[in-house]
Amino acid sequence: MAIEIETPSVSLSKVALSETHGEDSPYFAGWKAYDENPYDELNNPSGVIQMGLAENQVSFDLLEQYLEQHSELAANSGRSSTSSFRENALFQDYHGLQSFRKAMASFMEQIRGGRAKFDPDRIVITAGATAANELLTFILADPGDALLIPTPYYPGFDRDLRWRTGVNIIPVHCQSSNNFEITPEALEAAYNEAESKNIKVKGLLITNPSNPLGATIKRSNLKKILEFVTRKNIHLISDEIYSGSSFSCDEFVSISQILAEQNYKDSERVHVVYSLSKDLGLPGFRVGTIYSYNDDVVRTARRMSSFTLISSQTQQLLASMLSDKRFTENYIRVNRERLKKRYEMIIDGLRNAGIACLNGNAGLFCWVNLSSLLLEPTMECELELWKLILYEVRLNISPGSSCHCLEPGWFRVCFANMSENTLEIALRRIHDFMDRMRKVKISLQ
Amino acid sequence: MTRSPVPDPKDEPRNPTRTGMRLIVPLQGVVQGRGGLILGSIIPCALFYFLQFYLKRHRSSPPNPPSPSTSTGNLSELPRSSSRANLSSRGSIGRVHVSSRASSIAKPNDSPYYIGLDRVREDPYDEMSNPDGIIELGLSENRLSLDLIEKWLEENFNNSMLGIGGDGLGIGGIATYQPMDGLMELKMAMADFMTEVMGRTVVFDPARVVLTSGATPALEILSFCLADQGNAFLVPAPYYPGFDRDMRWRTGVELIPVHCRSCDNFALSITALEQAFNQARKRGQRVRGILISNPSNPVGSLLNRDTLFDLLDFARERNIHIISDEIFAGSTYGNEEFVSMAEIVDSEDTDKDRVHIIYGMSKDFSIPGFRVGVIYSFNENVLAASRKLTRFCSVSTPTQQLLTSMLSDTSFIQEYLKTNRRRIASMYDLFVAALRGLGVVCTKSCAGLYCWVDMSRLISPYSEKGELDLWDKLLNIAKINVTPGSACHCIEPGWFRFCFTTLSENEIPIVVERIRKVVESCKPPV
Repeated sequence: MAIEIETPSVSLSKVALSETHGEDSPYFAGWKAYDENPYDELNNPSGVIQMGLAENQVSFDLLEQYLEQHSELAANSGRSSTSSFRENALFQDYHGLQSFRKAMASFMEQIRGGRAKFDPDRIVITAGATAANELLTFILADPGDALLIPTPYYPGFDRDLRWRTGVNIIPVHCQSSNNFEITPEALEAAYNEAESKNIKVKGLLITNPSNPLGATIKRSNLKKILEFVTRKNIHLISDEIYSGSSFSCDEFVSISQILAEQNYKDSERVHVVYSLSKDLGLPGFRVGTIYSYNDDVVRTARRMSSFTLISSQTQQLLASMLSDKRFTENYIRVNRERLKKRYEMIIDGLRNAGIACLNGNAGLFCWVNLSSLLLEPTMECELELWKLILYEVRLNISPGSSCHCLEPGWFRVCFANMSENTLEIALRRIHDFMDRMRKVKISLQ
Repeated sequence: MTRSPVPDPKDEPRNPTRTGMRLIVPLQGVVQGRGGLILGSIIPCALFYFLQFYLKRHRSSPPNPPSPSTSTGNLSELPRSSSRANLSSRGSIGRVHVSSRASSIAKPNDSPYYIGLDRVREDPYDEMSNPDGIIELGLSENRLSLDLIEKWLEENFNNSMLGIGGDGLGIGGIATYQPMDGLMELKMAMADFMTEVMGRTVVFDPARVVLTSGATPALEILSFCLADQGNAFLVPAPYYPGFDRDMRWRTGVELIPVHCRSCDNFALSITALEQAFNQARKRGQRVRGILISNPSNPVGSLLNRDTLFDLLDFARERNIHIISDEIFAGSTYGNEEFVSMAEIVDSEDTDKDRVHIIYGMSKDFSIPGFRVGVIYSFNENVLAASRKLTRFCSVSTPTQQLLTSMLSDTSFIQEYLKTNRRRIASMYDLFVAALRGLGVVCTKSCAGLYCWVDMSRLISPYSEKGELDLWDKLLNIAKINVTPGSACHCIEPGWFRFCFTTLSENEIPIVVERIRKVVESCKPPV
């Protein structure tokens, strides 16, 4: 009787089989729970409220209004204003549409109150900030090298910066005792840790305003950071994706401003990442940019952007919208005001429930301290608490451990991806939950 | 652009720099005992060192610069606006280093393929404003049927197609985070479109469609998923110059050309594949798959059913993958029938895991600017990994919405495909006849947006240098940009790819006259 030999199945690469995509972590598990039981005001009022997604829905009406008033815009990008469609359809130049780059440069300047200038020829387009960050990592570091990133940081970095690039992340640990500010001591410690492991550090990546802290980096700290990277002769990536979501123009200081003030000395190591996914609430459009002060990096990034270009149709649409200064100035101002109002609403609500948060001044979320609810100050207890909040209170919030926060008990809570009504309901649930927890504590004593 | 480093003495390329080969022959004496023990051990070590050095050098040779249809712009310093006047000019290299991956990409373009595209960008032909400019025949772009799409838009477009306004979901519907690998509506419309394009002999399943921002990242994703750094794919040559970038740049994966010859009409031979595979194995290089383009670029031929079955057998026996780039499937115009790899797999029922298809909207549908590409795989694990990787290269949602509307109009699509094919066919006939009038012959092709032209009798010497001299004359004297075969890794000198779908009928005589000037000057003396 013949023995069947099993044909070996065709094998895949290490990249394909890698777990670096991290989609099994709690950060993403919470999304699954939400998908299975999503809150809906009418149809599912007891469902899970999504507070783990940093999306900006507070200013859609402004966009819609603009597009309705300028319907010929959408038409030009789709319809036959003959040359317009044809040109767009054939345009796959990795320089990107000049009108679009000009509009982006001008928008970025407006966000910074005109305190920094951006040259459209230094803008490289990418399909989203995710792609921009990965691209910069490919350019600045070789496999096995490392980037330093202050904690807590956006969980997506573990996947975006490491997966295909083979580059490592060395965390720069920040602490609640000084509001999680980045200190030169912490930077040195991380750098030395890398050295001791024989790992070459090629750059430092900061997110300013910070995700998940919801706070801008102080000017004095930015200067110390710039001094550190210059001394170590490494790169600095400043992910400023939330720059338009700072609650006021004056609160946010960009690295580009610091460079402008010092006449761009030592600037060839600095690269800024931006995107329209947060400030304009257009993540589906896939619009990201790299702004580099380094000619080599611009040239290389531009060539590499072939793997991640923005649809010319979208570029055209946005070029028109973002060059309309009246629209953009109004949008930036109103968006900031609304986000500030939301922030104050959630902070008040949390305070009434007896919950403290980090002082925030930017972003679509707040950094909340629930460590008093932990039985023990451990990661395991933090995850237990997270599960409790997810399944009992039916709120999906992001545990600090997924952001590599060293201190257990901190959570990121998003507030801009829902209506005010939904936020109120979420706050009420939190209030009730805290009440119950207090009663349990009292009865245990 | 470097030539293949395959050290096959039979395939002796025109520039033999076979360090290894040059050492082996004189070594015979040593091996036969005349050199003694010391030489007998030193020389093999030296050989080994040279071989490693040789392989390393070719492995890290400058990868090809980006997309053929994108201009590479000014390679010198970026223009500085007045606001940047204070930026200290340390030159284009800062003191801080970039990665070695980046360094090789940053080098100036040396491939004639990209140089030509640059030159056209600087001095493009225009009937009215620049009649002496360079005519672009080096870009496989199809301008013949854009009017059909424009007409459709005029008659059908409304804002809801971008998701904006009254009856649509509003901008909130399309602007927010969507599945990175594409909206289901577009996947369904795309599956239907592919079914239609490929002749309705097989039905494409939307669940196997992964959408990417162009075929360029689609190829790169497959390269990342199917091979590890240092592994290789076999690629029938001549091949599309962009493969060198898409498959190799960031992945560290190698491409091994499998040379096809004019005596076979550049048909793929399984024997040649086998030889290449075995030689790779001897070198210790692990082959993970075969990359074919069907219809082929630059030759414009179709792979027949038998060859496709043979390829699948070949891949199965060695347990490797097949990537079939079918991006020109809708641009067929001859009598031969296009057969997709999907059809082959469909009839077999087993062992589909190794087959992956690339498609896109840049050629058949003429919208390269909108960045829409497809990975179509029969392997669940590849689909799962690819979907996650699309986060780096997703299609913009307004574009997805628009495309879904267009592709869902099935009668428009059928009419479009039929008319487009007819127009490519007539342009091909006109162009080829015009070239024949100059005494220049092409292979008989039946697909693609280009023809594969034999100018070998016009080059002198009969070598890559002769070919590049002719290319240079065509570019600078005749002022037409065409793609030399060496840029496509063609082993026989003198072949050129001429794209004709960027031309209008009345431009053909202009092209012919320009070429005539150069052809006359190149003809061998009687």
